[in-house]
Amino acid sequence: MNTTFTKSEPQTVRNGGVAPRVEYVTPPANILESKDGYVLEAEMPGVSKDGLEVTVENGELTILGHRAPVDSKGREVYRESRRLDFRRSFELDPSIDTAKIVAQMDQGVLTLHLPKTEAVKPRKIAVNS
Amino acid sequence: MRLIRYQTPQLSNWQSFDRLSSLRNELDRLFDLSWSGRDSGLLSGWSPALDVSDEKDHFVVNAELPGLKKEEINLSFQDGVLSISGERKQSKENKEGETFRSERHFGKFQRSVTLPAAVDSSKISASYKDGILAVTLPKSEAAKPRQIAVNVA
Repeated sequence: MNTTFTKSEPQTVRNGGVAPRVEYVTPPANILESKDGYVLEAEMPGVSKDGLEVTVENGELTILGHRAPVDSKGREVYRESRRLDFRRSFELDPSIDTAKIVAQMDQGVLTLHLPKTEAVKPRKIAVNS
Repeated sequence: MRLIRYQTPQLSNWQSFDRLSSLRNELDRLFDLSWSGRDSGLLSGWSPALDVSDEKDHFVVNAELPGLKKEEINLSFQDGVLSISGERKQSKENKEGETFRSERHFGKFQRSVTLPAAVDSSKISASYKDGILAVTLPKSEAAKPRQIAVNVA
């Protein structure tokens, strides 16, 4: 059984003299909404807290995870994992308060808490008699 | 070496315009399906990706297991076969609120790998960091590479 179709190195493809393009792996993600905001979880095995970049630009959230380099001097017998960095972009709901996004990394799973702005949160209004 | 193929999560590549890469994915899937048969993770939960490397005096088996607890991973070694199994439980948080995307796999997993040479089962060690389980299996003395001196007769 071979792994011919699995690329071994981050490959750059030349687009007729334009800047080389880097290939990434799309991390699987779960997104759920609650009253207060959204929670996004993305699986990026092999990425530590230091290898992570989360950016928000023009209403788009981008997560970029760099895998730690492999310190193997040996011979590869079998491989299924892809040695590419992770990257994925999400369009943000305008109700999200981008200043209050919190990121957390635990055993290769990135958890992002994306709270909604106070203005859009459901609110109970007291009725005065 | 008999292995159950890893099922590539069928996600759309962020560079969906890249025809070559999607063709490659299609081919990957074709081979995955025809080789793995009924034993594939398709019907029985998910299967983490495995790497095996030969480091001269030991083997290293790496498994991608993001988001587990140490206690949720079971490792066993018998008759030259290393088995990794466990269960990833969905956190309680996921049960309330509306789900927009659900691409992560939860539930039981099981992978087995036959080591290409004899290992000393009493010296196997494992560590879990950044969602990667690394199992180190020292080769038994008989299986280690040896330099043989040539004598002049």
